[in-house]
Amino acid sequence: MQPLAPDRVVLLERIAKHFGEGEARVNALSEIDLEVRSGEVVALLGPSGSGKTTLLNVIGCIVEPASGRMHLDGELVYDGRWLRGDLRRLRLEKIGFVFQFHNLLPFLDATENVAVAVELAGHSPDAARRRAIELLDHLEVSHRRDALPARLSGGEAQRVAIARALANGPRIILADEPTAALDSKRAGIVMDLLRRLAAEQDACIIAVTHDEKIFDRFDRIIHLRDGRLDSGANGHDAPQPALPSRFAPSPKDAARA
Amino acid sequence: MNLAFRDVRHNLFRFVLTCLGLGLLLAVVLSMVGIYNGLVVDALTITRAPRVDVWLVEPGTKGPFAEASRIPAELREAVARLHGVAAAGGVTYQTAEAEFVGGSLRVYVVGFEPGRPGAPEDLVAGRPIVASHYELVADRRTGLALGDRLRLGRNRFEVVGLVENHVNSGGDPAVYLTLRDAQTLQFDLAPPAARVQRARGALPQSQDTLNAVVARLHPDASPEDVARSAHGWKHLSTLTQAEQETLLTKSVVDRARRQIGLFMAILLVVSAVVIALILYTMTMEKLRSIATLKLIGAPDRTIIGLIVQQALTLGGVGFGLGVLLVSVVKDHFPRRVVLETENALVLALIVAGVCILSSGLGVRAALAVDPSTALGG
Ligand SMILES: Nc1ncnc2c1ncn2[C@@H]1O[C@H](COP(=O)(O)OP(=O)(O)OP(=O)(O)O)[C@@H](O)[C@H]1O
Ligand SMILES: [Mg+2]
Repeated sequence: MQPLAPDRVVLLERIAKHFGEGEARVNALSEIDLEVRSGEVVALLGPSGSGKTTLLNVIGCIVEPASGRMHLDGELVYDGRWLRGDLRRLRLEKIGFVFQFHNLLPFLDATENVAVAVELAGHSPDAARRRAIELLDHLEVSHRRDALPARLSGGEAQRVAIARALANGPRIILADEPTAALDSKRAGIVMDLLRRLAAEQDACIIAVTHDEKIFDRFDRIIHLRDGRLDSGANGHDAPQPALPSRFAPSPKDAARA
Repeated sequence: MNLAFRDVRHNLFRFVLTCLGLGLLLAVVLSMVGIYNGLVVDALTITRAPRVDVWLVEPGTKGPFAEASRIPAELREAVARLHGVAAAGGVTYQTAEAEFVGGSLRVYVVGFEPGRPGAPEDLVAGRPIVASHYELVADRRTGLALGDRLRLGRNRFEVVGLVENHVNSGGDPAVYLTLRDAQTLQFDLAPPAARVQRARGALPQSQDTLNAVVARLHPDASPEDVARSAHGWKHLSTLTQAEQETLLTKSVVDRARRQIGLFMAILLVVSAVVIALILYTMTMEKLRSIATLKLIGAPDRTIIGLIVQQALTLGGVGFGLGVLLVSVVKDHFPRRVVLETENALVLALIVAGVCILSSGLGVRAALAVDPSTALGG
């Protein structure tokens, strides 16, 4: 039985991205085909400059690809151009970001840093606060909930950032070296946490990492080399299923591409 | 949650300091406006003090403030008899250095005839002059108190009454003497000089000279008719009260007024630039936070709100501090500082406008920032 379409939370078809033109042209991504299903935890590996961050930014709708098609959570969002005017809204509702450095707002305390994302999604300040405290509790940092980011330890700040990434129940969690600033014990704890939360929310995780000690926490490891997916090193345990017909380019789309 | 407020709270000390600086700047702007107004008001007080309708002065002059004017005292009688004139009085004006407890005091001496127009009427303390000699009524700003004795020329005068806000266009406080005493002060030669004149056989000059005759008219009389008959019969030049006031504001204080006006305009521009710079740097420092907000999905209106609210808070608090400061120090200025609610309102509007315009600069930078800026380490 083919999995239902909404099960493929991320689907990229022949996505390409380059920076600069002429002599200075850098092909950061070429011909990327990738699918990630809900609940899946994927590690993205590759040497420096291979395009890992660029790929995450494309999936996060922060960087516009040059060509190809991209579906997020069953919705075609890019087909040679953005199909949605309101990308920030899309990010707010569907995507959570976790970075190497926590990126918390320095003027908000831990609770407010999480609550602000909930409020932006249209919930009342009270509801946002409750949700924030609940998440911080879940991530075991609620004892530090009134502290400003500058007073949090690296691990605490990272957990607050994860709480913020999860605040609106995203379907896709993008993490760029989320554990690089942590020691290996904490890194393992944070990864376990991410996994557990993703499973609870039925979200997928795509995480860039260099940290071999946490490889065992991933369902699949994909390698990028010079902007291309290295399918030979694909750690997927099952062969890639064929695209469901729904996602196959229609003749019209193909003509346009 | 209000992000603008949280950010201000996070940097409270610096924000308060910035507001204080802006407050000081706006206080300077406001005092400049006050000094400007004060200059105009001061220029008029001395002409308004006698509460008259027309000024009769030396033919061909526009005295007694804009130009020197001398007329014989007996013309006062003639003016009083003109058709339409209710009352007339002779007045003299001069500046003098008075001596008071060892120091010297610059005063504007006004001579008047007690009981006639030209007398100071709005006493705030003491009594009017009753003796014909050696009493004076002084403006509060001289620093004199009732009972003080002041040396003017060769005589000593006792302060019997006080008035407020009687100054000339240069800001010198007025003292009122009887016409006789003022004439002595203005026209008497010192004894050695008088002896020399007598020795040369010169006729003693008449002391009985005025600088102007001031007149109140009957309610139905027209100043133009009075002016015509005064000119026809006695060859006097006449200025109506309105003409006198226009003359003073237009020609006497005009340059000083323009000077201050220009300075005020420069100060306003400087404040605008300072406000714009402050707001721009405030936004620039937050650019990373703004990128993060965009990254997690904040719409533009949240970001614009953050910047504009902070700009208006800064402007509002700075303006409030400025007004507070000015109202505390304004009475300690050596010259009058006159502030009308209207002036403060106009400045408030200008500050609000500048804040909004300059936050536009910050908003532009903030809207241009790429959310991926938040990703760098
Ligand atoms: N904004 C940009 N402008 C120009 N070139 C860029 C830009 N961003 C990335 N690149 C280039 O694209 C390529 C891929 O960069 P990317 O940041 O995706 O690499 P990465 O795999 O994340 O590397 P690292 O492991 O060092 O973080 C690099 O050659 C990089 O120099
Ligand atoms: Mg990278």
